[in-house]
Formats: sequence, C-alpha cells, structure tokens
Amino acid sequence: MHLFVQALILGILIGGIYALMSSGLTLVFGIMRVINVAQGAMVILAAYLSYSMFQTLHIDPFLSILLLAPAMFGLGVGIHRLFIRTLRADNAEEMSLLVTWATALAVEGILSVTYTTSYRSTITSYAQASWTFGGYRVAEVRAFGFLISVAILIALYLVLAKTRFGRSVRATVQNPTSAKLLGVSADRVSALGFGIGIATAAAAGAVYGMIYPFHPGSHYDLISRLLSIVVLGGLGSLGGAVVASMILGIAESVVAVTISPIWSSFVFFVVLIAILLFRPQGLFGIRERGAL
Amino acid sequence: MRPEVRWVTRAGVARAAVIFGGLLAFPFAFSQPWIVTMAFFAVMFAGLAQAWNLLGGYSGYISLGHVAFFGLGAYSEAILFTHIGIGSNGYVPFFVLPAIGVAIALVGVPIAWVAVRTRHLTFAIVTLTLLFVVQSLAFNLHGLTRGSQGISLPGPPFSDYERPFYLAVLAIFALATFIVWHVRGSKLGLMLFAIRDDEDRARGVGVPTTLVKVFTFALSVCITGMIGAVWAYFIGFVYPQFAVDPLVMIGSLLPVFLGGAGTVWGPVLGTFILIPAQQWLAYQYGASQLYLIAYAAVFLLIILLLPRGILPSIRDVVSRWRDRRTPSVVPPHAARQGAGP
Repeated sequence: MHLFVQALILGILIGGIYALMSSGLTLVFGIMRVINVAQGAMVILAAYLSYSMFQTLHIDPFLSILLLAPAMFGLGVGIHRLFIRTLRADNAEEMSLLVTWATALAVEGILSVTYTTSYRSTITSYAQASWTFGGYRVAEVRAFGFLISVAILIALYLVLAKTRFGRSVRATVQNPTSAKLLGVSADRVSALGFGIGIATAAAAGAVYGMIYPFHPGSHYDLISRLLSIVVLGGLGSLGGAVVASMILGIAESVVAVTISPIWSSFVFFVVLIAILLFRPQGLFGIRERGAL
Repeated sequence: MRPEVRWVTRAGVARAAVIFGGLLAFPFAFSQPWIVTMAFFAVMFAGLAQAWNLLGGYSGYISLGHVAFFGLGAYSEAILFTHIGIGSNGYVPFFVLPAIGVAIALVGVPIAWVAVRTRHLTFAIVTLTLLFVVQSLAFNLHGLTRGSQGISLPGPPFSDYERPFYLAVLAIFALATFIVWHVRGSKLGLMLFAIRDDEDRARGVGVPTTLVKVFTFALSVCITGMIGAVWAYFIGFVYPQFAVDPLVMIGSLLPVFLGGAGTVWGPVLGTFILIPAQQWLAYQYGASQLYLIAYAAVFLLIILLLPRGILPSIRDVVSRWRDRRTPSVVPPHAARQGAGP
C-alpha cells in the first residue's frame, strides 16, 4: 500500500509534465489538423539547450525556461511559415505529417552531431534533494517541475478562455470555416498556435532534462507516449489531454513499481490499442467525420 | 495521376528487361567487394522504397514505422539461425525468406486492422509508435534477443562473399516491382486509388476498404521483413538501434517522394539517385549522423519544391508540351468564343 501511494504521487507529478507536452500537441491539432510529430524532438532539443545553458552559463534549468520558451516560440512560428503554411491544401494533412517528421529527424541528426549520442542529464545542486510527507518522499525537482507545468497550463487556459486571441483559437477549433467568415485570420491563429505548441515543448524540455537522462534518439520514446496521450484524451481536446496525461502518468508509475520499470512504457501502447478498438474518438473527442 | 490500364507494351517490357538485366549483370561486371556492397544497399533500399510505395503511394496511408517490420525480419533471421544451422553451403538462410515474409505479414494483419480503424493520421500515429515498441521489445526480451548486446549470425562460407546477398535482395526487389506494377493495373489498384482519392465515396460504392488496406499493408510489410532478413544475414549481427534505425526509415521513404509516389519506376529512380550518392559519401567520409540531417533537409526541400516527385513532374511537362504542339481541331477564334468566363 505504501508503495502504491508513493507510485501514485510520482505518477501525478509526471502526469503534470506529460500534460504540458501534450497540450501543445493537441492544441496544434485542434487548430490546424496537423499532428506535430516533432513535438518530442522539440522537447529533447530544449532539454539539450537548457543542459548547455546550465553547463556553460550556470543558468538554473527552471529559469532557462524564460529564455527557451520565447526562443522556441519563434522557432515554431518559423517552421509554420516555412513548411506548414506553404503546403497545398488538397493533401496538407499527410504532407504536414511528413514535414514535421522530417523536422524531427533533422533535429535528431543535429543533436547527434553536436552532442554525440551518449546519454546526458542536467544535474543541479538540488537534484538529489527531496521532501518527506508522512513517510512519502517527493523529489524537489519533480515537485517544482510539476508546479511549473501546472502554472503554464493555467496560463494557457486563461489565454484561451479570456483573451481575444483565445477566442479566435477556440472558434477555429470549433469551426474553421465560420471562424474565417467572421474575420478570424486563420493564418495568424495557426502561426501563433504552432509557436505556442513548440513553446510548451520548450518549457517541458527543460524540466524533462532534470528528471530523465536523455539522448538524441529519446524523442521516439517521447512522441510515442505523447501521441498515445492525445489519442486517449481525444485529438484536439485540451482538457482530454490533461486527464489522459494523469491517467497514463499514474498507470505508468504503478506498473513500474508493481511489475517492472521495463514494461511501464508499454502501458501507453496497450492503452493506445484499447482506445482505438473501443473508443477511437478518445475520452473527450467528438466523433467527427474525417477528423480522426 | 490517373491509373493506367495495364498493358504489356513493348516499351515497358524493354524498359524492365534493360533495368533488371543490367542489375543482374552488374556484380559480374564489377566484382570488387566494395562496389557490390554499395550495389547491395542501393537495391535493398529500392526494394524497401517499392514496398513502402505499394501502401503509401497507392493508398495514401503514410506509415512512419515500416522499419519496425524490417527489424522484425532481421531479428527473425538472427534468432532462427542461432538455433538451426545455416547449412554446409550457407544458402539455407535464403530459402527460409518466404516463410519469414509470410510470418511477418501475419504479424502485420492485426496491427493493420487496429491502425486502419480510423483515418490517415491515426494510422501514422500507430505506425510511429510501432517503431519504438519493436525497439523496446528488442532491448527488453533478453532471452530471445540478448538485449543491447545483440545477436551475431554465423558467417556464410561463400568465396564471392557479397554476390549471393546481392542476388537475393535483387530477387526481392524484382518481386516488389512486379507486384507494384501488377497492382497498378488491377482491381486492387483501382480500389487503392479510390481509397486515396476519397475513402468515404469508395466505401459508398462498395469497396471493402478495411480488407483492401489490411491486405496491402500485410503485402508491404512482408517484402520489408524479407529484406530485413537478408540485411541481417549480410551484416552478420543485429542489435536494437541498428535493426530499427530511423535512417533506414527515411532512406526507404525519401526515394519514393523524390521519384514520385504512386508510380512504378519513381521509387527506383529516386533510390538510384540518392543511395549511391549516400553510399559513396559514407565510403569517403563516414559519420552516419550527418546523413540523417542531409536526408531530412533533402526531404523538406522535395516537399517544398517538388511535391509530386520527378516522374509525375516530367510527365506533366511532356503532356503540356504535346498539347501545345498538336494543333487544336477547333480554330483558335472559335475556341476563344466558346470559352466561358
């Protein structure tokens, strides 16, 4: 029981970080029907960048988010401008998949050449520190990572719920054609949306690098998990992504302590197969013709 | 891109005879080991590209995880030959290829059935996760795969080491090309094109879409797996990152888009432009990670600048040129009058 509760705590903390990564993925899908296969690669890129900033400039990885997120927001807008916006409309869905996949491989290649393929991890002075609540240990890094993820998610929610930009985004998600007719610039919403998606990957990457060792090929692992999460939550549903992240984060760490850490990542794929068999639209997705 | 009616033309037969005759004669004309090795990889990737083309080019379903089946084929061969001998002449590993192909096709059926339940994007998601699943299985099923240590295969006793491998992979490539050509003119081909162009309507007019997609997927991964098996025997050892390598994935997808997806010879043309260049650079300079960057960059450029690939673009230019040359039956002024706003 003790072990189970400990696993539950760990799962919730990890779930928060998954939620941050997958929120960007599902947001981009909701706005422009693009699966950003490079989301995992962007997380790893951010992990390396924050690792470098910590090693050379001694910037705390959590603080590096303040630099990384805007920089990678710019990168996202650039990728959108160069590769996504230029796709022809008739097969944009498939082509965007290939474009983001090629981007992921390019990032992987660049990271392999720059940093070699060995594992790295960002180890701060407080990396080993933890708090104990009634017998349950909580690593400080994970707790901070969780809090930052939650804070960013709340900020994202407020932007979507309260601002004019957020309203254009929600309108585009619900009905792109009507949104365009009412004067929403689809191009601008898409570019900013893609930028925000990559910025969430940047923030999550800095945290990821402190919790897990990573190497340039880690993005396959990550994107497989993230895609399972967004399919479970329902492609395009932000709330769904958060709930699914929590479910899978907890399931993963419970399996890790009860069965074996080796098989914990298979939880994601088992759930992915089950959801495709029994509820292809996901927990909170709408069964929309041709959407999925 | 309308499907051509299958027609065994004299030009078509001549083209196939020249290409395959040339490829068959090649290792006898140039027998230096490094040249045959380069040719082996070129033909191997041509076969992989053709297998991908059969599914991705014809049905529009984009698989980003075909290399998982390449890895399965490689591991099947490796695991099989740690348990049974390769025979005194070393040819047994080639004879079991059809069995490995069938086994991998059977593995592909339930995976495809789950993956094609929804639409293109989910299919891509499932195939992408497959890549990671197979790699993790190879790492973690220690008893079977020896984990990250990998498996060494016994070396064959051939005196002309490369040539039998080249001929084996050439046979699979020829089979793949024949299938792609045959399907293009067949009812299966028409159903695949219908699925690519408008799946709802295809289903509406009675195309058994799920069956067609699952069958084509199984056929495609069968070829991919057999090529993986030959590769494992040729290389002599397999380990997880090597057998399920993103470089192999992009190497088998890029030629399809370079040459023209959904055409018979486009993927072949793309491979023979791309792979010898890469092999020669690798031979000269090494460093495989740079190819990942180069491939990705070439891929992005193709999608931006030549989204339909070389062959369809050439065909467009030729047909436009022909239209301009053949004078219209209607006199120009009448045509102008007849043209609506």
